[in-house]
Formats: sequence, structure tokens, C-alpha cells
Amino acid sequence: MAAAWFRQPSILPGFGLTLGFTTFFLSALVLLPLAALVFKTTSLTWSEFLDVVLDERALASYRLSFGAAFIAAAVNAFFGFIVAWSLVRYDFPGRRLVDALIDLPFALPTAVSGIALATVFSPTGWLGVRLQQLFGVQVAYTWLGVVVALILIGLPFVVRSVQPALVEAQRDLEEAAETLGAGPFTVFRRIILPAVLPALVTGFTMAFARGVGEYGSVVFISGNLPLKTEITPLLIVIKLEQFDYNGAAALGFMMLLVSFLMLFAINLVQSWSRRRHSGPVDSGRRVERRRRPRNQKAGA
Amino acid sequence: MAGAAPRFEKRRYVPPGVRAGRLALISVAIGFLALLLLAPLGAVLGQAFAEGWSVFLESFDNPDTLAAIKLTLLTAAIVVPVNTLFGIAAAWAIAKFEFKGKSLLITLIDLPFAISPVIAGLVFVMLFGAHGWWGQWLQDRDIQVIFAVPGIVLATLFVTFPYVARELIPLMQQQGSEEEEAAITLGAGAWTTFLRVTLPKIRWGLIYGVILCNARAMGEFGAVSVVSGHMRGLTTTLPLQVEILYNEYLFVAAFAVASVLALLAIVTLVIKTLVEWRADRRTG
Repeated sequence: MAAAWFRQPSILPGFGLTLGFTTFFLSALVLLPLAALVFKTTSLTWSEFLDVVLDERALASYRLSFGAAFIAAAVNAFFGFIVAWSLVRYDFPGRRLVDALIDLPFALPTAVSGIALATVFSPTGWLGVRLQQLFGVQVAYTWLGVVVALILIGLPFVVRSVQPALVEAQRDLEEAAETLGAGPFTVFRRIILPAVLPALVTGFTMAFARGVGEYGSVVFISGNLPLKTEITPLLIVIKLEQFDYNGAAALGFMMLLVSFLMLFAINLVQSWSRRRHSGPVDSGRRVERRRRPRNQKAGA
Repeated sequence: MAGAAPRFEKRRYVPPGVRAGRLALISVAIGFLALLLLAPLGAVLGQAFAEGWSVFLESFDNPDTLAAIKLTLLTAAIVVPVNTLFGIAAAWAIAKFEFKGKSLLITLIDLPFAISPVIAGLVFVMLFGAHGWWGQWLQDRDIQVIFAVPGIVLATLFVTFPYVARELIPLMQQQGSEEEEAAITLGAGAWTTFLRVTLPKIRWGLIYGVILCNARAMGEFGAVSVVSGHMRGLTTTLPLQVEILYNEYLFVAAFAVASVLALLAIVTLVIKTLVEWRADRRTG
């Protein structure tokens, strides 16, 4: 029987059973293994730990993993916004199909997208040849290849985050601004961008976080040269293959730390956006900006 | 379809300049997606059928590939039901009750989303591997977890852990619990209430969560690669088999196996779209 301070009373059954199972399963499958990694890392001395995480090869891998993930997330923020905008605001033939296709990187196994990208962008591949001829750029087996793979992986995060924000955005505000003489760029900068910025930042952060940890789609296209095109997750795998468990644990701990920071950042952005969208801030204007209930049809 | 229609005010007059801008944005969006999504998908199919149907089919006439298919199906057959059960239990506890620490619980359930697949494999090596927490104990009893099937199942469980719960929690929170409360008040048992009241309401979300969980379970690469040991015919799942074939320059075979996984992804997306249509038609 759960104590009253712990939960509000309800006549529905199954609280103890379902919460018990949930916390047990969560602890056994997720928290305990994570604790094992942290525990393994704390068994290292400081100098052992720093030797691993500040090693030249490790530093180069951070630069690549974070740099490529950042560039990819930025590209996705730009194109992802255009895609989300086109899907929400315009009707065009095949819109449904395009909308469904956005989730492909979620559903496609990363190894499959990895070998596919490596083939398309390789110096003899369909796109690789053209990029080489037109711009003299080689994508596969360079850091650019890592960026391309991470763009593919991160795209759905940005689009799926921005889409609902655009649906909810106030069309009448844009129209009012246009009526009052604002040009399209002013409307975008002053009305649309502020409305979708939290969603865009959330999508960017999620794409970035996913990109830093991504493995499968990157290793085929990156070439995996130490100090040049070696991402941090690959370095962990290499250390494991050499039975360097301490090294793998130390690097894994660093990545885990980054994941937690990212989660924290995403939560901050979301609570910031909640504050902006509800809250009693400038209450005079809030009242008229109330939206109609979700399921009610326009004009009802 | 009808649900989306009011957003597009088609009858409004659109000046030619704005129309050109629209066209440009749509073209940029479609061009970007075609390059990024369709080109790789086309490459998979193109390479798989590069030497015709018979060579494509021959790619599957390989004992290691068949063993990989079996292992992948076995893993999914264990992982998907377990995580479905977990997802339903977690969603019931979180959506139907108010208790302290709920938001922390939701964050922890999402944790595997935020963690690199390589780390997901690594944590089990640290737990069950030869130098891990319980490595010695397991070795004394001659139990293999890492570089064996149990490790693959555990790593896959970890990676696909949040999928069903993530679909069901917002859905059940939005639906509220009045109908369940009515059923209980009228004397229905807990099990009857779940089967007759809750399950029909969450059916489509549940189907989508299960399908997505299944796609990830069959397609997981990074986490499984860390714990599998890549023993051919024994501990290679389909994505690992793709890697092995690809690294041996057996491109047709690699892409033939990859095309099966790509087909799985497409089926997943089709089911997702159908589920959304159904949901749209009911609320819209």
C-alpha cells in the first residue's frame, strides 16, 4: 500500500505492480549497467584517467565527433526548417509521402545507411564522382563524410521538433505584420523565428547529441584514420578490441557525461519554451493569444 | 486527410512573387531530401540487384547469412515482447497515477535514447565481460554473456528500451482515466478494465511503438557490434553480417542483405503512416 505522501489516491488498480515492474526493469537493465561503467572508471587513478582522455588520439576524436556533429546539426537546423516549413505551410503533390519519408533515418538500420552513403559518396560513386568533378571535393573517407552521415541521422530530430511548433504558430500575427507593412524577412525574423526558436534549438541539440554518439552510419564512410577521421565511439570500440578495458571505460565515461549534459540542456530549453508559451509573462497580450482547443475545426 | 485540410487556405490570393518563393522553398526541401534520403535508398537497391535477380537470391544461400537471419529473428522475438510489456506497465503507472519523482522516472526511461549505442554495448562488457563486475563469477560457472547471444539480447533490450513506453505515455496521459474509473466503479476487474477499456483506446499507438521497437531491435548495429565478438554463424545479426560482407568486398551480397533491412524500414514507415491516418480520421 503506497503511502499518501507518495501518491495521490486513485481507485484504479495496478499502481504497485506496474510501478514496481517499471523501476525494477529500469534499474536492472539501464541503471545497473551504467553504474558498472562509472564504477569501473572510478577504479582508475586520476593520472591513468587523464592519460586516456587527454591522449592526442582521443583529443583528435573529440574534435571530429563534436565538430562534425555541430556542423551537421547546423545544416539540419537550416534545411530541416525549410523542410518542416514546406510540409506544414504548403500543399504540394506527394506531401504525405515526403512527410512519411522524414522518419526513414529513424527506421533504417545505421549499418545500411552507412554502406549506402559510402557507396553514393565514394570517389567512384554516383554523387562522389560529380562532387569530385564539379568542386574537387572528396566526401567519403574524409571528415566531410562524417558530416554527411550525421546530417542524415539528425534530420528527423529537427523536422519533427519544428513541425508542431509551426502548426501551433499564430498565422494571424504574421498576417497582421504583413498588413502593417512588414516585408517577408521582417515577418520571419520578428514573428516566425521567435515562435519556433525553442523547438529549433531542441531539435538542434537532439541532432547534435545523437551525432556525437553515432557509430554505425559513420564508420563505413569515414575511413577511420587515427588522428584524422576517427570518431570517439570508434576509438572506444578499438580500445575494447585491444582488451584495453580501462581505456574504453574512461572514454565511455566521458561520452556518458556528455550525454547527461545534453539531456540537461534539452530539459533547460524545454522548460524555457514552456515558460515562454504559458506563464503570466506580459499577461495583457497572453489572453488574446489563447488558441482554440485542439480538435475543434476552423470556423466552428 | 481531412484533419490537415483547414491549414491550407487554398482560396487565398497568392501574388506571383510569393508563389515563386513557395516553389523555391519546396524545391530546396525536396532536393535536399532526395539527395540525403532517396539517393542512399536507391543505392542499396541498385547495388543489390546490380547483377540481376538470381545473383540477388544466391546471396541468401549462405549458411552464415541464414544463421544471422535466425539470430536476428530470435533476438527480436525476445526483446520486443519484453519491452512491450515494460512499455505498457510504465505507461500505466505514469499516465494513470500522480506520484512523487514521476518526471525523474520519465527522464530515466528516455536515457537510452541519449546514450551512444557503443556505450550501450560497453556497459554490458563492464558488467559481464571477463574483467567486468561479475566476469569472474560467470567464468567460474562457465556462463558466457559477452560474445554470446545473451549479451546481444541485453544490448538490444537496452537500446530499444524506451520505444513502446515513449509512444504510450503521452497518448495515455492525453486520454485521461475517466473511462477506466467508470469501469472499475461499475465493478469490472483490473484485467477486464485494461483489456476492454484501455487496450482498444491505445491500440494504434501500441502497434506503432511495437513496430518501431522491432525495427530498431532488428537493425541495431553499434551496441550489438560491441558485445557480439563477430563470430560468424554464431553471434552475427543481420546488420553485422552486412558489415562482414561489405568489408570482404562482397558488395552484391552485402547490399542484398541490406535491402532486406531497408525493406523492413519501409514497411515500418508505411505502418506508421497508416496508424497516423487512422488517428487523424478519428479526431479530425
